[in-house]
Formats: sequence, structure tokens, C-alpha cells
Amino acid sequence: MEKKLPVTIDGREFQALPGQTILEVARQNGIYIPTLCYFPMTTPVGACRVCVVEVAGAKNLVASCAMPVSPGMIIKTDTERVREARKLVVELLWASGDHNCLMCESNGRCELQDLIYWLKIEKPRFDIKPPGYPIETTNTMIMRDLNKCVLCGRCIRACNEVQVNEVLDFYMRGSRMKVGPAFDSDYKNSICVFCGECMESCPTGAIINKQGRFAGRPWELQKVRTTCGYCGVGCQLDLNVHEGKVVKITSNKEYGPPNDGSLCVKGRFAADFIDHPDRLRTPLIREKGKLREASWDEALDVIAKKLASIRKKHGADSIAGLSSARCTNEENYLFQKVLRAVIGTNNVDHCARL
Amino acid sequence: MTNSIKELEFADVILATGTNTTENHPVIGMYVKRAVRHRNAQLIVIDPREIGLCKYATLWLRQKPGTDVAVINGLMNAILKENIHAKEFVETRTEGFEELRKIVEKYTPEYVEKISGVPADQLRAAARLYATANKSSIIYAMGITQHKTGTDNVKSLANLAMLCGKMGIESGGINPLRGQGNVQGACDMGALPNVFPAYQMVSNDEARARFEKAWKVKLPAKPGLTVVEMTNAAHKGDIKALWIMGENAMLSDPDLHHLEESLKKLDFLVVQDIFLSETAEHADVVLPVACFAEKDGTITNTERRVQRSRKAVDPPGKAKPDWEIIAAISTRLGYPMHYASAKDIFEEVRQVTPSYAGITYDRIEKTGIQWPCINEEHPGTKFLHRDRFTRGLGLFAPIEYIPPDELPDADYPLTLTTGRVLYHYHTGTMTRRSKGAMERYPESLVEINPKDAKRYGIEDGKNVKVTSRRGNVEGKAQVTKRSPEGTIFMNFHFREVLTNLLTNPVLDPIAKIPEYKVCAVKIEAA
Repeated sequence: MEKKLPVTIDGREFQALPGQTILEVARQNGIYIPTLCYFPMTTPVGACRVCVVEVAGAKNLVASCAMPVSPGMIIKTDTERVREARKLVVELLWASGDHNCLMCESNGRCELQDLIYWLKIEKPRFDIKPPGYPIETTNTMIMRDLNKCVLCGRCIRACNEVQVNEVLDFYMRGSRMKVGPAFDSDYKNSICVFCGECMESCPTGAIINKQGRFAGRPWELQKVRTTCGYCGVGCQLDLNVHEGKVVKITSNKEYGPPNDGSLCVKGRFAADFIDHPDRLRTPLIREKGKLREASWDEALDVIAKKLASIRKKHGADSIAGLSSARCTNEENYLFQKVLRAVIGTNNVDHCARL
Repeated sequence: MTNSIKELEFADVILATGTNTTENHPVIGMYVKRAVRHRNAQLIVIDPREIGLCKYATLWLRQKPGTDVAVINGLMNAILKENIHAKEFVETRTEGFEELRKIVEKYTPEYVEKISGVPADQLRAAARLYATANKSSIIYAMGITQHKTGTDNVKSLANLAMLCGKMGIESGGINPLRGQGNVQGACDMGALPNVFPAYQMVSNDEARARFEKAWKVKLPAKPGLTVVEMTNAAHKGDIKALWIMGENAMLSDPDLHHLEESLKKLDFLVVQDIFLSETAEHADVVLPVACFAEKDGTITNTERRVQRSRKAVDPPGKAKPDWEIIAAISTRLGYPMHYASAKDIFEEVRQVTPSYAGITYDRIEKTGIQWPCINEEHPGTKFLHRDRFTRGLGLFAPIEYIPPDELPDADYPLTLTTGRVLYHYHTGTMTRRSKGAMERYPESLVEINPKDAKRYGIEDGKNVKVTSRRGNVEGKAQVTKRSPEGTIFMNFHFREVLTNLLTNPVLDPIAKIPEYKVCAVKIEAA
């Protein structure tokens, strides 16, 4: 049995495990501490200072996301000093960017917006001075507006620690610091492989899914969980549906295995074939060498008649079926059942070998 | 996979061979890279191409294409020589060890170096690394299987894992990474010519009797034809009708000229698809179907996890889910099928598929379950072969190295190896219609080593003509050290560059898989 450490948070005593951070113990026990740069499963960096708390005996406020608990620690998460510090941090972040929610794709799912509301900030006490970076629109998948970046570094950790693609890092220093690929390149000309993990990790509207731009507000989208079919990993993802159309794909860490919320470029961005104009919409029958439109009844009748007559004339083994690794288990089951039980042949295979 | 995907992150050694994981299974690639960067796992890559994983590898063994059995035998030779094999595991869990020992005796690292080009010292180092780690996992994909000796290659990997006792443990085992969304499930469901669901042999009287009872009909005992055999039979006129559900054989099969002739000889071709694919263009009847986002069902991933697929939007026009179409055809053929939903079908699947018996839609609502799952109390199976193999003892299969069917010669001096790229999927019917994917990889590239490029007067970005004994195609050259000298790489995603006009249709005698990974070609500026 591991040794437990007694700690006091906001006057209540808890038993913590060695190595747990103040934030983890608080969250586990239902005590809310706001965060911004905190990103589970990656290195805590304590960069944004939004999660600061008071620790008895410590001279300065402590970043709860990065500070491990020690025995007997007495922590206060909601004092005047803590609230003022958080407000100052958030007001500075607000004032140093172009946080215009009117046209922001993240409106309604933005952690900075939530913080401002939660801290009841009417207006920052500083002049708003966005850095004036050009918006990166050089590809159709990921759009970056660094004027909305709060330098939390979550995208950097998502890229390096979660996906290990090792593309993103901080660039420049001080007030000119920004995030991006090496040499301040855009994504398109870097070694980026467009997995979109940075986008999914971004707490604001700095990195957004361009496919979903102006395609529906976060609260209008219906999320339907499904399994990606682009390889055998079977990643769990959400199809975001608006007005009967899949407008973009998002992921969710809480879905767990096999992908823990990570995806690749195909899973995240290559679903736009769904409503491609080339989709087949009606059965087709070949007549005088050309395919013409037909009704279901007509097409199915032709198939049944043809298969029955070929079986009668040449035997069941003159018929073969190719099933599909793109279809469901239910469909594969039925397909082989029909070939075996109805046609009467074992000539059934699929593309496993190809 | 004998293990689960996420177990890879906790392996001490990962041996990746014949898998370009970061491009073809990027999320598995992620776990491998995390194991290396965050947990100090050692990665051994055995691959002719300088794939993305090489950057993360402790050792990269660059074998000549098609020399896998020799390399694996060489690893086992080195392991036995240094006496670092798992004696207790071999003693208690396996049989046939002496026969194996005899065969691998001659595959000394020096001998293997001559065959494969892998330096003997690298082989020894890799052997030590793999054999002495606590938990070693092998991952492989089509680079191992798409050979005339694909079955031999897989069995050799099994020999290696059993010899070192890296089986039946968490994070240790043999893990084929399956390339298509539901290729595992399609196999599990018996979409194969020799087996019913759950791999029950059609030639086995008891198995057949079970299905005859369940389906209330007499069933044929003779195993059917595999995909390439079907094409050949059609060419000969033995197959008259072909019913294709969601396959684009006209891009994915080997030796496409031959295939096209075969399709033309058919009396009747039915194709169900979401697009008018190259194959559907030859059909007598084409049926429009719902895509993955437009229907309910389950699919099974490479770690045997049965997961839900859910309907999010309606199919376009009159398109229907494939299962509704199959049922309608069956009914018209005099065998009525009236399923109300995909769930209805799954309930029947459970009755006849013992490994799926305990899986229900309710149980997998949130998290999929890994088969075998024999009843509704069973939690599913995280990794296989813990205490015993399916057949009891693991059987070593002593295997001699056989060279690929078609080696380079004076007329066709280069080796062609084929595969996929990150931004596209199989025959491209979906990704070629995706803006993002096309933006990243708009046209087919022929990857060629700078030395070969110089030798044959080929410039980066210029068109080249690639010719094999079966045909020729033109594509744009990409001069890159990713390709080893003497080998070019091409993908098969683009109908404009029909790579499979070139490939050799020779089959592995058991798995009937074509040798896509090795054939002889020549190249010239176009």
C-alpha cells in the first residue's frame, strides 16, 4: 500500500498520493482550480499562472498544476490574493491578443472566454494591443491566427509529447515570442504531417479546423461518435453534423482506447468525400454498352434473375463474391452467408491479401 | 495482434519490419515513437526503405527486398550462438525446436550478410537487443506478407518470438498491423473462401453441420477461390458472375491487364460502391451504397476490438446500406432475409461466432471489446496466448530462405516495391476526393535513389517511364535517399499511374497473396 500524504485544501483534509500535484488532488476532490496551459498526459510547465494557489509558508503564489503535494501542506484556492493574481494574468492575455469572439470559430468552446466570464472581468485594465500577425491560410485543413495565441504551449506539447511529430516549438523571445515550426515557416512548408493534434489541444481560436470554418457554431453541432475506417487502428472520433452534413471531425480523449483522442491526417481531414458530387445516388444498369439509371426493383430483379440463371446453367461455383474490409461486420457476415447458403458456393473472399 | 495497441508504448524493445508505421498506421506509430522518446524503448527497424521510424531507431537493418527469411534466421542463429534464447519457454511451451536449430545453423550473420546486405555485426546487435529485453514486441504489415514467401516470413517471425519467449505477455508478442478499416472483422466474419465465421473450416463436417443447422440449408464443403484465383478462373471462363461489394480490384489487384480481360469475359458483374470506381465502370449493374458515416454496424480493429460504427447523416439519393441490399437480393433468390437493423444481424453473428458470443451493442456502447469474448460476463482478451497457444504447444516451423520470384537482371535491373503513402488510402476512391489529402500529395511519385537517378539520367520532378515484363506506366520521379540503391518505390493510389500494371501476380502458395513488394523493372526518362 502506498503511503498517503495528508493535505488541507480550503479547510478540508484530503489524503493524497506521493507525486500528485495540488491541481490533481483538488480536481479529484471536486475543488475547481482554473487552468489554461495545463494539458493532461504531458509535462506540467506552470507557464500561464492561471492555476495559482496560496500555500501556507510559501512566499509566492504557487502554480498548482506543477507543484507536487507534500505532507501537511495547507492550500487555499480562492483567496483575494489568488483571485487578483488570476485576474491580472487573464487581463494581460486578453489585452495582448485579438480576442474577437464575434467571428471566432472557438466562440463557445474557448477556455480564455470561459476564464474571463468566470473571473467576472468586464474589460481588461490595459489597452488591447494585438501583435498584428498575418493569419496563416496556406492550407485547407489547419488555420492559424497567432493573434489569438496565449502562448500556453499546449500545441507544442501535443506535437512533441503526444504525437511525437517534433514540428512545433517556441520561436523568438519575450513579447515577440510565438509558436510554430522551425524558421517561422507555415505548416505547409514544414515537416508537419497534419495530424491536427495541435488544433485539438488549443484552448482558444488560435489553431482551428479550417474545414469547419463558418460551417456551424460549436453549440449547433451534433457530435456522433464512430470508428475511423482509414486503417486497422480503429480510432474513435466524432463526426460533427450540422444541418444533415458532416462538417468536420473532432476527437475526444475520454473515449480511451485505441487512440486516446489522437488521430492522423486521414481520420481528421479526409472525410470530405462523404458529400462529394461524384457519390452514386441511384442504381445503374448497363444497356447497349452504357450505364443508365434504374429503380431499385428493376436493378435487384436483374441481379436475382441473372444469378439464378447462371447458377442453373453453370453451377453455383461459377459465381463468386468479393466482400469488403470497408464494410461492417454485419455486412461481411451477410455477404458470405448469401454466397454460401443461398448461392451455394464458397467462392467468397475480400481484399485482405491486397 | 496478439497484444493491444496501447501496450506497444510499454515495450522495452520494438522490432518493426515491413511496416511503414508512421504513414500507414500513424496512431500506432505515435505509440511507438512515445515508447522511444519517453520510455527509452529500443527500436529496431528492418526495412529496405528509410521510413519515418528510422529516425527513432536504435538499429536500422536495411535488407534487400525479399530477403526477410534469411534475416530472421540470421537473428535466430546469432541468438542461439550466444545462448540467449528463452530455454524455459522453448522447453515448456513449444515443440520442434531441434528441427529449427538445424535449419538456422547455416544462417550465420556472415552468410546472411551475403544474401541480405545487412552487416553481420548489426544482425548480432539486433539479436542481442531483441532477445535480452524483458518485453519485446514485433510489429509487421504488408512488407512481410506481400511476398511469394509471405507465409514463411510470418512463420519466421513467430519462430523468433517463441525462441525468445516474447509471447503471451503484456507488451510482448507478434503484431500484424492490419491495413484496412475492417479487414480483421471481414476475416472474423468468414469473408474468406475456406472458413465460416470465427475461422471454422468449411471442410470440417462438424463446423458445416453447425452452420447448416443455423442457416437451415445444405452447405458446400469444398473451399472456394481466393481473389486472384477468381480472376484467373474468370479469365479461363470458369467464373461467369462476380458480385463485388466495395472493392476496387481494377486498381488494387496485380497485373491489371490480365484482370481487365477477365472482367470483360464475365457474363455478369455486379458492383456495390459509393463511387463509380474503376471496377464499377465495368459492371452490368451498379448499386449505390451508404458510406461509413451513413449506416450503423460494428467493425473490428487490428487488436481484435469490436467497435461501433454509427449513422450520422443520411446516404445521398437512393443509396442504401450494403446489408439492406444483400438481404433484398437474398430474398429475391428465394431465401428471405428480414433484418430490422444492423443490431439484428449482429445478434445472429453472436450465435454462430464463439469468439464474439459475449459481445453486445450495449456492452460496446462506450468502449469496444477485444475478442475472444465467450460470454456476456467475459471482459474480452487484452493479449493472446498467455498460458497456452491455440493448438497447445507452439510449433516451430523450420524455414529455408527462398529468393523472390522475379529478381533484377540485365533487362530489368531494378527492384520495384510498392505501398501506400500517408495522405492516401488504398485505391484513392475516397482520399483522391479529399481536398486536404490532394493538397498534400497531389500526384503519384516514383521514389528513386540519387545514384540510380544519375545512372539512368533521371531528374527530380521530371516524368519517368517504368517498365516491367507485364506493362509500363509513367509517373513523376522523386529523387530521394529513402529508396535504397537498386530499388524504386511506387504507390498504387492513382488511376493515372497504374502501378499494378507492373506488379508480379505470383502468389504465396498458402496465403495466395501476390508478391507486390518485389518485381523487376527498368526505368527511363519519359
